[in-house]
Amino acid sequence: MSKVQLTNVKKTYPNGAVAVRGVDMEIQSGEFIVFVGPSGCGKSTLLRMVAGLESITDGQIMIDDQLMNDISPADRDVAMVFQNYALYPHMTVRGNMSYGLKNRGMPKEEINQRVSDAAKMLRIGDFLDRQPNELSGGQRQRVAMGRAIVREPKVFLFDEPLSNLDAKLRVQMRIEIKRLQRRMNVTSIYVTHDQTEAMTLADRLAVINDGKIEQMGTPIDLYNDPATLFVASFIGSPQVNLLPATFDGQHLISGDVKLTGFTDLPVSTDLVLGIRPDELHLDDGGQFPMRVDIVEQHGSDNLIYGGILGAMNEGEEETEFCFKAGQDMLPDLESTLMLGFNAERAMVFSKDSGERLR
Amino acid sequence: MKRVQFERSSIPFLFVAPQIIIILVFFIWPAAQAIYQSFLLEDAWGLSSQFVWFRNYKDTIFSESWLQAAGFTIVFSTLVTFLSLALALLLAVKANEVIRGASTYKTTLMWAYAIAPPVAGLMGNLMFHPLIGDLYKFLNAIGWDFNHKLDSFDAGFVVVLISVWKQVSVNFIFFLSGLQGIPKSVLEASMMDCKSSFRRFWTITFPLLAPTTFFLMVINITYAFFETFGIIDTTTRGAPGGATNTLVYKVFQDGFRGADLGGSSAQSVVLMLMVLALTIVQFRFIERKVHY
Repeated sequence: MSKVQLTNVKKTYPNGAVAVRGVDMEIQSGEFIVFVGPSGCGKSTLLRMVAGLESITDGQIMIDDQLMNDISPADRDVAMVFQNYALYPHMTVRGNMSYGLKNRGMPKEEINQRVSDAAKMLRIGDFLDRQPNELSGGQRQRVAMGRAIVREPKVFLFDEPLSNLDAKLRVQMRIEIKRLQRRMNVTSIYVTHDQTEAMTLADRLAVINDGKIEQMGTPIDLYNDPATLFVASFIGSPQVNLLPATFDGQHLISGDVKLTGFTDLPVSTDLVLGIRPDELHLDDGGQFPMRVDIVEQHGSDNLIYGGILGAMNEGEEETEFCFKAGQDMLPDLESTLMLGFNAERAMVFSKDSGERLR
Repeated sequence: MKRVQFERSSIPFLFVAPQIIIILVFFIWPAAQAIYQSFLLEDAWGLSSQFVWFRNYKDTIFSESWLQAAGFTIVFSTLVTFLSLALALLLAVKANEVIRGASTYKTTLMWAYAIAPPVAGLMGNLMFHPLIGDLYKFLNAIGWDFNHKLDSFDAGFVVVLISVWKQVSVNFIFFLSGLQGIPKSVLEASMMDCKSSFRRFWTITFPLLAPTTFFLMVINITYAFFETFGIIDTTTRGAPGGATNTLVYKVFQDGFRGADLGGSSAQSVVLMLMVLALTIVQFRFIERKVHY
């Protein structure tokens, strides 16, 4: 049970590249925090700084009120699960799991006890005497987790641990990680670029963009109430529908499309309207005429993609919307649907700053 | 299932022919010749010969000079192999840690690879020359009564030093590429598991280099046995008193300098058997402990 505190943490590489531009964060004991963001946003660097694998250019990292900046990775009492498992190929599963404990001078009986407990928990008891190259990807992933669990660290760090697994196994392991973390109640930081993983695992989610935290909060808050255009478009699958628009005092205008129900928006600045695909509904008096382009049948629901007729667009293409409908809804291609939405639930952003306008 | 049948054709034989011919001409034929000669006693001009069964072997193996050469070869190969591997590993580990100017270090360390053993020997000759050799003067200046022309230990020192120096660059290249082949994340994982970098090296890095080390060991023993011929021939020529005679050099000396073709052939057959045994031992017992 440990809390982690980051204060104005920065990372600049010797070649001048800035990876982390000042991050403040307080992680409570037992919390499951997910860093999510596009590749190259600095989320892995930030995690590796907590682990001690990257030096800290500026700022402070504290674990349990103890400054970690100059403490070696082995002494921080953190354990990490790597993307490609990083198992020691010349050691058995048992050797892999006990290596860190042996180096800390733990008595043999206790090591054996911990290894067999962890193996039981992860259902790898039958493989303890095998070499990593005799195991499947999912089993290796379990061993990597076992190596972290036996340490009983203050903090678990996960660096995209599921991205090398196939889709089915990924879902399975995702649930298992969540269950383990609940049971062990260890503070965890998990890095991923997969927004589904982020949404489902996190107690709190930090959306990172260009070395900064865009927004931090519970997954559902970030989904319902994103603070920036970036967060709105990153969280949620299928992606939020975005429509460039301006405000004339009464209407939100996008090309020939005039939308009512908006007030208190700045006049004559470029705006972006965001509507989640599941916030749209069929409505004869609706304000969006959509020409159906593609229908994806996902089983329980259908995703209908198409251009909004007459809407203002950025380039040559029509602004494309996605409309999430039930499985019975199968419109003809090239037909036109009238879609309505609830202005209360729609989000308006400033186009230049990306800030949400309320 | 239907088996794939190829039409009988002579083309496959054509493809393997160059290799087969090379083996026949440069290995099988000379080896057969050596075995045949080793049973003959021949006069120095090659005009008459006599079949003497195993007398050449008996004379060879029980002669004091052969036992001396065998002893020197064992000590020499062990030293050259161990020292050149250890030094190269140390250099590779250090060069691998260098960030600034890394390629300069690497290139500098690899240069000696391009030098042929006899040339290395000639360079050593100059450096150890009693009149102009800097190393000769230096060793004497620091209080070592150094004279490799008279002292067998000093002579051994010279050939070992030159042989090691020549071989370090080859080993360095292999060790460096071996080190770079170790996944970075494995090393990072070990950093979180083990504080001492010394311990990390012996428990993680070194075992992961084992395939490279095993391969290099085989190469280095072969090098010490055979390829150092050029170094010995250009420096000590087995002197003083046969103290730096390796088995290979003795084969050459007895055969071509001493004109004892039968004895020389018997020695080379014995050498062949020794190398065969050594190779079997290496692959049987050491390779088992190596994880690929």
